[in-house]
Amino acid sequence: MKRGWKQIPIAAVSWINSTEYKTGSWRSFRPIVDYEKCIKCMQCWVYCPDLAIKWNGEEINVDYDYCKGCGICSEECPVGAIKMVKEV
Amino acid sequence: MITEQEVIGLNGDEAVAYAAKQCKVDVVAAYPITPQTIIVEKFSEYVANGEVETEFITVESEHSALSACVGASAVGARVFTATAANGLALMHEIVYVASGLRLPIVMVVVNRALSSPINIHCDHGDSMAERDAGWIQIYTEDAQEAYDTVIQGFRIAEDERVLLPVMVMLDGFFISHTLQNVFVLPDETVKKFVGEKRNVPEIEIMGKRVKLKLDPSFPLTIGPLALYDYYHEIKRGQAEAINSSMEIIKKVHDEYSRVSGRKYGDGVLDSYKLEDAEIAIVCIGSAAGTVKSVVNEVREEGLKAGCLRIRVFRPFPADEIRRILSGIPVIGVLDRSLSFGGMGGPLQYEIKVSMYDEPKRPLIMNYAYGLGGRDLPPGTVKKIFYELNKLKGKQKPKETFKFIDVRE
Repeated sequence: MKRGWKQIPIAAVSWINSTEYKTGSWRSFRPIVDYEKCIKCMQCWVYCPDLAIKWNGEEINVDYDYCKGCGICSEECPVGAIKMVKEV
Repeated sequence: MITEQEVIGLNGDEAVAYAAKQCKVDVVAAYPITPQTIIVEKFSEYVANGEVETEFITVESEHSALSACVGASAVGARVFTATAANGLALMHEIVYVASGLRLPIVMVVVNRALSSPINIHCDHGDSMAERDAGWIQIYTEDAQEAYDTVIQGFRIAEDERVLLPVMVMLDGFFISHTLQNVFVLPDETVKKFVGEKRNVPEIEIMGKRVKLKLDPSFPLTIGPLALYDYYHEIKRGQAEAINSSMEIIKKVHDEYSRVSGRKYGDGVLDSYKLEDAEIAIVCIGSAAGTVKSVVNEVREEGLKAGCLRIRVFRPFPADEIRRILSGIPVIGVLDRSLSFGGMGGPLQYEIKVSMYDEPKRPLIMNYAYGLGGRDLPPGTVKKIFYELNKLKGKQKPKETFKFIDVRE
């Protein structure tokens, strides 16, 4: 349920922490990683403007809550391991 | 109890600067522009002499001046600035930001005509162009009222139930540069009235009570993005804020009058001899002094004339106006600004809309006067009163809006 005007703090101050804005909903293309091809060079991690590429110690993962689908990771991947697939 | 007061010779601008000094403002960010220049000039003198502890930010434009005020106010400071005409027009974008963020900035606008042609003298076109910007707008009649209203302005703006910027207007040159005996309250009395520091209110965010200000110990998002899903609701809340400020404006005015012994009507409207009036002039600013004096003159000649000066233009006191003007058959509204391509001046719109639902609508005439500092002599006001008097019991004339004292 969205808040009514009486429930919104004055001055339009945000009532949630910025980590709770799931900007991934803006995405129209989704990066899909081909782990067979990935050489773990971390270029995608370096270039991602939204810090949406995570490293868990073994492999990279895309945080789809925040990935806006800009495609920079796919563009920069030297081995073509990241494909941009249209969201349905 | 009325406080004993010193009388000093001050022009309107100096009176404003004196009031700002006494209100212990934390930050002033301003850019000089005639006829407001004396305010910031005088205030920077106070800074240079060490009479105030204010941080004076010199900026490169009015857009930056108000932007700096917004930033300072957002960290909880008491903030003051002043501008006029083209300066205010350059601030326009930030004028809306200040009210949207509910920042209690007090800004004095010394009314001056907008370019082009360039002109430095008084009309109300500058502040009228900001009437929809969400600021409380108070127009004063003389230097004394300008002084009093700046002090009241901080109390109104910073009131937890209001939290809105306040724009205080005085007529360029007519008030700003005219010397007057001004009664000033002792510093201590003003300090007590406005409070030594701004009281920053608390809001509830994520289950916590926090101060509504930018503070690294609890970061807030002030000035977020809000699209069609929330903007509508946020503006609804802002409309509520300004509408409900009317009562506080009156209360602050009453409280101030108990300390100072000075009253400006009920703090919102200043009525003069309207009780038995059959004709009335409605106006804003320094013109009211002339109109009131002509009221006395034409009353001696048998006309039942009166004057209503609108002190608070935003929020607009429609209900009070209805109560005061109902029963007066002919009303003349004086506008010192135009709404090009519209059906008269901006004050006339407000008055007509206020009176529309009356069972017996008055005949309302509208006169554009005094553009670019053109004087409003008593003879002109007298002519208007006689014209209004002639219209009693008559049909509405074809043209209800006209320019007065204009050469053909």
